[in-house]
Amino acid sequence: MIILRKIENFLRRQGKPLVNFIFKVGELFIFISQTVYNCFTPPFYWRNFTRQVIDMGFYSLPVVGLTTIFAGMVIALQSYSGFASVGAESMVASVVLISVTRELAPVLSALMVAGRIGAAMAAEIGTMRVTEQIDALTTLSTNPFKYLVSPRVWAGLVVMPILVLIGDVIGIFGGYVVGVYKLGFNPANYINATLDELQALDITTGVVKAAVFGFIISLMGCYNGYKSKGGAQGVGEATTNAVVSSSILILIFNYIVTELFFSR
Amino acid sequence: MSEVKIKLRNVNKSFGKKVVLRNLNLDVYKGESLVVIGGSGTGKSVLIKCIQGLLTPEDGSILVDDQEVVGIEEKDKEALHSKMGMLFQGGALFDSLSVWENVAFDLIENKGYNKKDARNEAIRVLRSVGLDPDVADLSPAELSGGMQKRVGLARAIISRPEIIFFDEPTTGLDPIMADVINDLIVESVKGLGATALTITHDMASARKIADRVAMLYKGEIIWQGTVKDLDKTDNPYVVQFINGRSQGPIKTGV
Repeated sequence: MIILRKIENFLRRQGKPLVNFIFKVGELFIFISQTVYNCFTPPFYWRNFTRQVIDMGFYSLPVVGLTTIFAGMVIALQSYSGFASVGAESMVASVVLISVTRELAPVLSALMVAGRIGAAMAAEIGTMRVTEQIDALTTLSTNPFKYLVSPRVWAGLVVMPILVLIGDVIGIFGGYVVGVYKLGFNPANYINATLDELQALDITTGVVKAAVFGFIISLMGCYNGYKSKGGAQGVGEATTNAVVSSSILILIFNYIVTELFFSR
Repeated sequence: MSEVKIKLRNVNKSFGKKVVLRNLNLDVYKGESLVVIGGSGTGKSVLIKCIQGLLTPEDGSILVDDQEVVGIEEKDKEALHSKMGMLFQGGALFDSLSVWENVAFDLIENKGYNKKDARNEAIRVLRSVGLDPDVADLSPAELSGGMQKRVGLARAIISRPEIIFFDEPTTGLDPIMADVINDLIVESVKGLGATALTITHDMASARKIADRVAMLYKGEIIWQGTVKDLDKTDNPYVVQFINGRSQGPIKTGV
């Protein structure tokens, strides 16, 4: 009897968090379906889309550039120290290329943009929620999903692949700088080795990942902002949740997309 | 004033275990200004949001021009909102837009105005609520509380709505500015011939704006009548509320 009662108490304690979790998952799926529907139905707010493209793309260039150039430089150094021991130093350019295009540029750029833009989206939309600006939009016959969420999601889908392509070039350049000026590679040989190894699949993988990550960043930023409650504390929580949840989802979907492209 | 513009019947709304509106019945007649008074947390804001379709009651019926609002579809909701204007308690002005863009929002996004015409119309309406055209290009954050209320009022009336909602229009304003806003509300509502529903706990505001007053207590309308009736009633809840007494049947948690 005592054991049964303990089990009952345990289940009772777990019940509320479990129900809350199921509720949250359901709420997120409804939000996603509303987002997708509103992304493909008019009207489309071009001005809001342009503003998001500038915020997410242009103003993220410095942080993406810095992240990818140092990532490329570190990979060049690390791979050289490893390959030198087995006499395979010539592989450095290939390793830099593959690491940067397939993994480092998309994942690191996405994590940086999630911190910068996902947080900003959650804070802006969350503030709009708690100050009744979203209700005001509705009373002005404007669908908040179409006005706020759809332009941000489209911006994420369009901008992240472009950022990652730029990050690819900068990251490979970082590897080149270390390879040529620190490790003493011949510049022409390094460039030729990079070009020889370059395959469309590497770039495609990175771009597809970037689009998925862009969708995740915008979606989680908007979702957490849209559902925020209370005052400043609620907006703060929404901002934190947006960054944490999008970062975790980026890492999970990085594996899933990699599995889709490279599993045998 | 016989035609009913807004009709609520047996409306129930709760959040979790907290019942906010219980079997609420209320009629708002065309062209009248009805003020709903009541203490904080009695469900006044929820009432307005239910009528606008921003919140969905669990039970009951809300008719606006004989159109059912409870369970209304999204496409019909936009048409419903096109005949409504709303002045929010905190203004709810869009931070990312300038003052004139806030005022002209509906004209630009829904009515197909070009920017030049929308701006001219916004400035005309800003003037009508006593604001100088110089404020048109400022951002909402640069305005005082009273100016934000005026901009919110301008945004609410620019599309000449048939129904205007005022959510605590004088909260946070000094008595003189509150009276200015009250005058503007009366002018705007009468000028447009609109039906107005105001919620407030400011009795000076209620007396100035209202044709009729209803009192909300614990989610129910417990009294309604004209402004003159307010001073004659012996309803102990109303008497306590309008005189601002701590002693009486209304118990407030401390």
